[in-house]
Amino acid sequence: MSDIAERVKKIVVEHLGVEAAQVKEEAKFIDDLGADSLDTVELVMAFEEEFGIEIPDDAAEKIQTFGDAVGFIKSNAKS
Amino acid sequence: MFDLTGKAALVTGASGGIGGAIARALHRQGATVVLSGTRAEALEQLKGELGERAFAIAAKMDDAADIDRLCKEAEAAMGKLDILVNNAGITRDNISMRMKDEEWEKVLQVNLTGTFRLTRAAMRGMMRRRFGRVINITSIVGVTGNAGQANYAAAKAGLIGMSKSLAQELASRSITVNCVAPGFIATPMTDVLTDEQKKGILGRVPADRLGTPAEIAAGVVYLASDEAAYVTGQTLHINGGMAMI
Repeated sequence: MSDIAERVKKIVVEHLGVEAAQVKEEAKFIDDLGADSLDTVELVMAFEEEFGIEIPDDAAEKIQTFGDAVGFIKSNAKS
Repeated sequence: MFDLTGKAALVTGASGGIGGAIARALHRQGATVVLSGTRAEALEQLKGELGERAFAIAAKMDDAADIDRLCKEAEAAMGKLDILVNNAGITRDNISMRMKDEEWEKVLQVNLTGTFRLTRAAMRGMMRRRFGRVINITSIVGVTGNAGQANYAAAKAGLIGMSKSLAQELASRSITVNCVAPGFIATPMTDVLTDEQKKGILGRVPADRLGTPAEIAAGVVYLASDEAAYVTGQTLHINGGMAMI
């Protein structure tokens, strides 16, 4: 697993208090990992901080799974 | 009790009678304050009076970009923002039959939309730090209505509904959102009333006097304090008994 995916997973595990094993590619933050809508906003804020990127609202709305998050960050993070 | 040492507060409409009193009271309790308003000169004067722990940032509440800039500059000046007091407000009184769209829209834009925008901008940092106090200054007329103030009353009632919604959204992050609703308070805004008008108003106030800005500020200090952590979505009426809700 890539470094980015590991860092994203760490944030998700810490923020939502879930086991790392639950954070699968297709795991939905709200349906599968118990996040509420405010949690998803905070996750996006945490990703922005960790990776020094800005995630616009319309993009943030499309980030529903762990895989979505990793995919977005991979294509937008500064290398 | 009600010690605000180490807290960072932003007060809009700080060049006005009530806003100035709120800024002074928060400052006296130990908070660092950013004074905002449209009259830069009055802000600078109050900043000078307060001395240390005070900043002045002029901004227009009907300008979305200006509101975002205000939040950013306030956070940069103080390093964070813990307490937001949305006190900025204007009136454009007219009986509804004569009220122009422009009078309606202007009052809604400054008093309600501007407050929402600034609060939305501020909540990001508050969520991150798991602490926040948002205090919206509404008005007795937002609850009772007032002939000639359909626009102002609608905006002030809107603030109450908005505050209750934000309170529900943010409570789990230790951010409280409350309103303070002043009755008739002695300020430059009420100084212009004739003696007869004042007499008419006082006839409806059991306390038989106008309130003071300091009495409104005291309510704000309470809601801003750590002691008020379990109070959210509420409206504190400070009106000498004029309306008991």
